[in-house]
Amino acid sequence: MKKSIILSALFGLLVNTSLLANTAPKKSPKAQKSIKLKADVDNGGLTLPKGIGALVVADGLGKARHLAVAPNGDVYVRLNKLVNGKGTVVLKDTDGDGKADQNTSFGNFLGTGIVIGNGYLYASSDTSVVRYPMKDGKVDEAAGETIVTGLEHYSEHGSKSIELDDKGHLYVTFGAPSNACQEKNRQKGSKGMDPCPILEWHGGIWQFDANKKNQKQADGVRYATGLRNVVGLDWNKQQGELYAMQHGRDQLNTMFSTLYNAEQNAELPSEEFCLVKKGSDFGWPYCYHDRFQNKKMLAPEYGGDGKIQERCEGKDQPIMAFPAHWAPNALLFYTGNLLPAKYKNGAFICFHGSWNRAPLKQGGYFVAFVPFGKNGKPSGEYEVFAEGFAGGSEIKNPNEAKARPMGLAQGPDGSLYISDSVKGKVWRVIKN
Amino acid sequence: MFKYIVTGLLLVGMLGSAVSARYGQKNTIHKAIQADSGQLVYENYCLACHQEDGSGVPNLNPPLIQNEWVLGDSVRLIKVVLNGLKGVEVAGESYSNEMPSHDFLSDKDIANVLTYIRKSFGNKANAITPAMVKMQRAKK
Repeated sequence: MKKSIILSALFGLLVNTSLLANTAPKKSPKAQKSIKLKADVDNGGLTLPKGIGALVVADGLGKARHLAVAPNGDVYVRLNKLVNGKGTVVLKDTDGDGKADQNTSFGNFLGTGIVIGNGYLYASSDTSVVRYPMKDGKVDEAAGETIVTGLEHYSEHGSKSIELDDKGHLYVTFGAPSNACQEKNRQKGSKGMDPCPILEWHGGIWQFDANKKNQKQADGVRYATGLRNVVGLDWNKQQGELYAMQHGRDQLNTMFSTLYNAEQNAELPSEEFCLVKKGSDFGWPYCYHDRFQNKKMLAPEYGGDGKIQERCEGKDQPIMAFPAHWAPNALLFYTGNLLPAKYKNGAFICFHGSWNRAPLKQGGYFVAFVPFGKNGKPSGEYEVFAEGFAGGSEIKNPNEAKARPMGLAQGPDGSLYISDSVKGKVWRVIKN
Repeated sequence: MFKYIVTGLLLVGMLGSAVSARYGQKNTIHKAIQADSGQLVYENYCLACHQEDGSGVPNLNPPLIQNEWVLGDSVRLIKVVLNGLKGVEVAGESYSNEMPSHDFLSDKDIANVLTYIRKSFGNKANAITPAMVKMQRAKK
C-alpha cells in the first residue's frame, strides 16, 4: 500500500514536471512563433489513415456542436449548454503549435449552427439566427444583428443547422418535432397523420436572404421537404449545389413488432446523403429509404409492410445510403490542399453514433470520407477516415462513448477540424 | 402427465430459489418474480430509448440510474408511464425526446416494470404495486 502511494506521488511529480515543461514556453508566445505544427504522439486518441495525424486543439469546452474557422485561424465552437453564461467559444493559437492558448467566449445563447462567410459570422440558437461582422478574424459582438427570428421552440430535432451559399442565401434546417408524424408521437399503435401537418413548417430546409434583418420563417422559402431531421449540410461550391444528411426514422420494431424485428430495426432505414435541389421531396414521413432494396418504401404508419412503395415511388432518392441510426451530424466538402489529393472535393461526414440499434451493438462514432467525381456524385464507397472517438472497440450503450464526433470545419491552411459533443474536445487533422 | 407436473414444480422451485438468491434474503420470492417479469416489459417497451443498462442517451433520453424521478415519489413515477413526459430536466440535464404515454400497458405490467427499474441499474427503492397504478389510472 505504502509503496503504491509513494509510486503515485512520484508519478504525480513527473506528470507535473512534464506539464510545466510543456506549458512554460507559452509564456513568451512571440519567441515561439517558429514552433512547427505537429500531430500529437497519439493523434489525440484518433486512428487516421497513414500519413495523416491529429492534435488536440482544446478539450473540456462543454457540449460542443458545430464549429467554424476564421480566415486568421481562430476556431469558433457553438455549445448546446451555456458555459459561464456564454454559448460560443473562441479558440486562439498565438504561437503556431496548433494548440489553443487563448480561450474566450461570447453570446448568451446556446445552439448548434455556425458558419463564416461574406465577412460575417452567423450563429444559430434553436429559435433564431444572428450574425456578427468580422474584422481580421475577430467578431464585433456589439454589432450583432438578428437575421432570422421568432422561430417556434421545440425540443425534438429542434436544433438549427445553418449554411451559406455563394448567391446571398442562408439555409436553415427545420427538423420535425416527431419520429414519424403519428397522431401521438412515438406511441405504439398511433396512426400517421395524412397529410402530415408538420411538413408545413418543419421537416425540411428553408432558404432566407443572408443579408436581411429580422426575417420570420414565413419570409423564407421552403427549399426542400420530406427531410425528417438534417443536422449536417454543406454548400458545394464546385457544383453550386446544397447537400444534406438526413437522419432516418427510429423504432420500426418497437412500433411494428409484427413487421420488423430488432435486427431489421438495427439496419433500417438508411441514413441518407442527399443532393438537395429547390423543390426536392425526400418523402418523410410517408416513406423511408431501404438500402438493401435501394428504394423508398411506404412507412408502416401509412400502411407499409416493408415491401410496398405506393406513393414513395416518385420521391427523391439519396445519392448514397448509409446504415441506420448512425446520426450523420456534420457534412463538409473538402477544398483544401493540405491533405492528400484524393480528399479534394470529396465529402467528410461525422457519424455522431447510434442509440436506436439497441439491443444490438451501436454503430457510427466515426468520421467517414466519401470520394466524389466531377459530376457531383460519389465516385466510390465510403471509407472510415477517423475513428477511436468513443474510446472502445464496441459501444453497447451511447453513454459509454468518451467522445462523439459532432462538427467539421476546414481551416485556411486546409486543416480539418472535428468537434466532440461529450466533453467538448476539438481536434485538428493535418498532414503528418 | 405426472412427470411433467413434477418437472414443472421443480423448475418453478429452482427459478424461485435462483431469483431469491439474486435479490437477497429480505425480498420475498414474489417480489423477485415481479421484477423479472418487469424486465420483459422493459425490454419490449423501454430499452430502445433508455438502453439495456438504464443509462439512457445523452441529450435525448434520460438515464434511469440514481435519479429522483426513479427513486423518489412513486405517484409521480407512475404518472410518467401513464401520461408520458417531455421538457423536464433530469439531474440538471435536458433531454429532447418526448416520452409517449404507455397507458396501454396493464396495471400489473406497469407495476412490474417500475419495480424492475427501481431495483435495477444500481437503484434501490420500494416496489410499486398494481393497486397503486390502478389508483392513479382512475384519477387520470
